Amino acid sequence: MTRLLTLLAALLVFALPATAQNGPLRIEITEGVIEPLPFANPAFVAENAAATELAQNIARVVSDDLIGTGLFREIPPSAFISQITSFNSPVQFADWRAINAQALISGAVSVGSDGSVAVKFRLYDVFAGQELGEGLQFNGTQAGWRRMAHKVADAVYSRITGEGGYFDSRVVYVAETGPKDDRRKRLAIMDYDGANVQYLTDSNSIVLAPRFSPTGDRILYTSYESGFPRIYVMDVASVGRRALPTQDGTMSFAPRFAPDGNTVVYSLTTGGNTDIYRMDVSSGNASRLTSTPSIETAPSFSPDGSRIVFESDRSGTQQLYIMGANGGEPQRISFGQGRYGTPVWSPRGDLIAFTKQSKGRFHIGVMRTDGSEERLLTASFLDEGPTWSPNGRVIMFTRETQGEAGAASLYSVDISGRNLKQIRTEGGASDPAWSPLQR
Amino acid sequence: MTHNKNGASSMTFLTRGILLASVLALAACTNPDRFDSAGAGTGGAGGVGGIGAPGSASDPRSPAYFQQTIGDRVLFQVDQSSITPEYQTVLNGQAEWLMTNSDYVAIVEGHADEQGTREYNLALGARRANAVQEYLISRGVAPSRLRVISYGKERPIELCSVESCYSQNRRAVTIISAGLSS
Repeated sequence: MTRLLTLLAALLVFALPATAQNGPLRIEITEGVIEPLPFANPAFVAENAAATELAQNIARVVSDDLIGTGLFREIPPSAFISQITSFNSPVQFADWRAINAQALISGAVSVGSDGSVAVKFRLYDVFAGQELGEGLQFNGTQAGWRRMAHKVADAVYSRITGEGGYFDSRVVYVAETGPKDDRRKRLAIMDYDGANVQYLTDSNSIVLAPRFSPTGDRILYTSYESGFPRIYVMDVASVGRRALPTQDGTMSFAPRFAPDGNTVVYSLTTGGNTDIYRMDVSSGNASRLTSTPSIETAPSFSPDGSRIVFESDRSGTQQLYIMGANGGEPQRISFGQGRYGTPVWSPRGDLIAFTKQSKGRFHIGVMRTDGSEERLLTASFLDEGPTWSPNGRVIMFTRETQGEAGAASLYSVDISGRNLKQIRTEGGASDPAWSPLQR
Repeated sequence: MTHNKNGASSMTFLTRGILLASVLALAACTNPDRFDSAGAGTGGAGGVGGIGAPGSASDPRSPAYFQQTIGDRVLFQVDQSSITPEYQTVLNGQAEWLMTNSDYVAIVEGHADEQGTREYNLALGARRANAVQEYLISRGVAPSRLRVISYGKERPIELCSVESCYSQNRRAVTIISAGLSS
């Protein structure tokens, strides 16, 4: 009875898009998932002795990635009727159907004599009794095993949801230590799931709000290193950094790259007034995009580079506006109760994520680019600073707890408002920025 | 940079002992506990105490006097940067002191409470610091002696998450330093 209900629920969800090219095994993310899709992921086959541990670890990370989306549920190995002992043996679909595995992942790992690692996998639609997509192989190094696992999981996720993946990605953020009145901040970078943390700056000066370049090779951020807030650009591979040119007596902050990877929009404060500027990074030439006595900040480009969403308090409170890439008369798009800030354009171009303050609470929300269909995804004492997953389906943000022991940590939530969860970090963490998918 | 260090350490000091009269006020005060143990009214550096001792808070020419007797800060209403009459009086005193003690320069630090997004609060802190700077200039202080910086909500002095703390954190603090350096 329960199994039937589960199946029915699954069918309801997965059968909806009749146009799906991949048959019935499909999750439509935007609709919200009634029941996570059950999958089996037997231990990856170690094709030689050197691969034994890697095979286990990789399969674990693949499962964790999928489970972490909230869209999938792993069937415990104790329920398995048959095992997969060889990557190329035929699959006994009946055995997997019997335990209601809708999807089956089989994989194999081998370590070459030069230490290189090869990971192969296949994805099966168990009830259709066939492979979903073709088998794939990823090659890499032992140090890069997590990335290979994430790539497998991205392929599985992508084939079942019809969306791009997001597991093989990184997050740059501000790592925080110390009490609230003596907080130390430094830039850190990690895998999207919190693994492989690397610190990029020391904690001698305040750093704020890092953001990736469109290819993920550089990071823009604000630092008080010079004594005053100023924008720096850092090369991720070498960790070399340089300050963007600025005028003495001004503050610059809130930088973000344009899709061209060379133009930067940011806020510059002079004489107490904050406006938005754009700079050509290679030449250092800057031009002013807004010119009002109000606060204009947090600019973010549309993915096609034609428009900029930003916040302004020109109406008396913080609200969201859109203007052309070279400035011009902006259109206000936020009209709800409360204050709206930190707008970020989705990589798909369809939505804008923002922070909303209303009645003493903070929310992360999304709205369409014309301001319609506002949806609040979270609520807490202090949520702020959304950043989009590379596929535009998940938002990561900062949540800070209140009081003297208040501390910041990173959370993520689906654009459906489901699957709110904390990202594991060593200490406090704030201001996450999600990279594009790695190449 | 010296600006930064002076700013951060003097703030820490103020949370602990705003009423303490200590000649150490703007000396290298990396350890705030020293001020508590120094005790009110006792002499600091060199053991020199007493009324009007050079450098002590009772010496009207000392930065400690500026900080403690005149008042080094202005508090603001929620999301506002206008200076109320009460704090105009404080700033009149600051301007007078700066005009008298022309060896000193000042940096005005603007701050916000935690009830706001990070970047907006940076801009808001800059507005507040600028309001103080403009006021001091209007009272005759040379613009070249003043600089502003905003810390947004990065450097609270009071830690609770209710209005009694927020009202102390929405501030602009005038930090005095010897003008010959920098």
